[in-house]
Amino acid sequence: MSKNNDSNQFRKVDVDEYDENKFVDDEDNGESQVGPDEAEVDSLIRQGNLMEALQAVLKNPPINTKNQNDRAEALMLKVLSAFKSSDIEKAVQSLDKNGVDLLMKYIYKGFEKPSENSSATLLQWHEKALSAGGVGSIVRVLTARKTV
Amino acid sequence: TYSVISPYRDCSDIYSIALCPNNHDVHIYKKDGTKWTKIHELKEHNGQVTGIDWAPESNRIVTCGTDRNAYVWSLKGEVWKPTLVILRINRAARCVSWSPKENKFAVGSGSRLISICYFEQENDWWVCKHIKKPIRSTVLSLDWHPNNVLLAAGSCDFKCRVFSAYIKEVEEKPGPTVWGSKMPFGEVLFESGPSGVSGGAGEGAGGGWVHGVCFSHSGNRLAWTSHDSTVAIAEGGKTSTLSSETLPLLCVSFITENSLVAAGHDCYPVLFVYDGTKGSVTFGGKLDVPKQTSQRGISARERFQNLDRRATSSETTEQGLESLHKNSISQISVLEGGKSKCSTFCTTGMDGGMVTWDVKSLESALKGLKIV
Repeated sequence: MSKNNDSNQFRKVDVDEYDENKFVDDEDNGESQVGPDEAEVDSLIRQGNLMEALQAVLKNPPINTKNQNDRAEALMLKVLSAFKSSDIEKAVQSLDKNGVDLLMKYIYKGFEKPSENSSATLLQWHEKALSAGGVGSIVRVLTARKTV
Repeated sequence: TYSVISPYRDCSDIYSIALCPNNHDVHIYKKDGTKWTKIHELKEHNGQVTGIDWAPESNRIVTCGTDRNAYVWSLKGEVWKPTLVILRINRAARCVSWSPKENKFAVGSGSRLISICYFEQENDWWVCKHIKKPIRSTVLSLDWHPNNVLLAAGSCDFKCRVFSAYIKEVEEKPGPTVWGSKMPFGEVLFESGPSGVSGGAGEGAGGGWVHGVCFSHSGNRLAWTSHDSTVAIAEGGKTSTLSSETLPLLCVSFITENSLVAAGHDCYPVLFVYDGTKGSVTFGGKLDVPKQTSQRGISARERFQNLDRRATSSETTEQGLESLHKNSISQISVLEGGKSKCSTFCTTGMDGGMVTWDVKSLESALKGLKIV
């Protein structure tokens, strides 16, 4: 039997990296969205003005910026947990189509890194957001190229 | 499953369709009363046939496939004879469409380009020119503008574009249209933006692969559907988008200047209505409303079975889909009335089924449905 003594190093080369036609995503680093105003949202929560807090936390979603995203996500979770279960449906209905889509994005982001009791809250919000946005809103979470 | 279909109506009003049953061949069926009979088999492709278009005036069929080739078929007596067209692509061809005057056809492919093919009399041979820039991924769908020059293309690079496919060898310089007046070959007259979303949270909807494109009958409006479950219409430099609640729509067609029918992974066609003055696209209704089966009582055993299988003890035991199509709808073809006053259209799906829809009957059967 013959034995293959040749180098197999070529198998470790990622040939797609050298393809001149490789698709390079449009890097939109000009995004100046810095995320929702934490102070504003916090004060609205303390005042008990939860509907306003929801609107505020959905403003200026930070797109594609790593550390901003985590802060925004934490803030969003704070707002969502502050709501009473019975008020969730009304809150979702106060949002426009884009608001519902954005809320869905935050919900799924929240699922990625569960914390104590977060998933339960998120699942309640998910149910209401789903009836408002349909499966289309979930499809847009999956196909979004710029994530919160 | 049928991958593609092209309906054709000849002068004696007899319907024929050319379809590919998901293999390397094209079958032609003729309608005899209510029965469809297979009358021809076109065998030439070495790979799956991905696109078929039947030109009604010249009675020629163009097909394209994963074998990177296209063939133009002409009826010689009782037999369809193929002529090879070299597309000069190194990936599979995905879609093909005759131009309105039938003197050119366009082929979209995985080679990230569109081949515009025309017949060169001197050499008795089909030649092609490529539209390459700025396409960066597979071209999924094509639709010609009525002026025979402009071509809309939907691509996997998330964009819908309008190109000029002007071929000086076969036609006169075109007059200006709402899309522009300078139309050298390959010019991009329109490209959909990164976020076709008007206003909103400014999240920049990334968009998805553009599955279906369609010009309105006048050519002034262009509609497209994307994989992010959106429908968009562009007119006069303005784009209106609707984020749909449905699963992604794979195909779309105008049935009047204001109404669109689209269908896709939800397995039923839906209506969208465009208001030009307001610049809005709204959901007009589901076009496949199954008859409500009477709710019979549900036994305790069935309740537990449902809970076990589907995490819900609800009463509707949907063993299968209630829609006519049992799998995703991949194509919509206008049969009668054209795109301005369509009276019949058909849908074909991955379930191998073809369903014909009568617009008048839909309007009367579905409450509140109004086709404007």
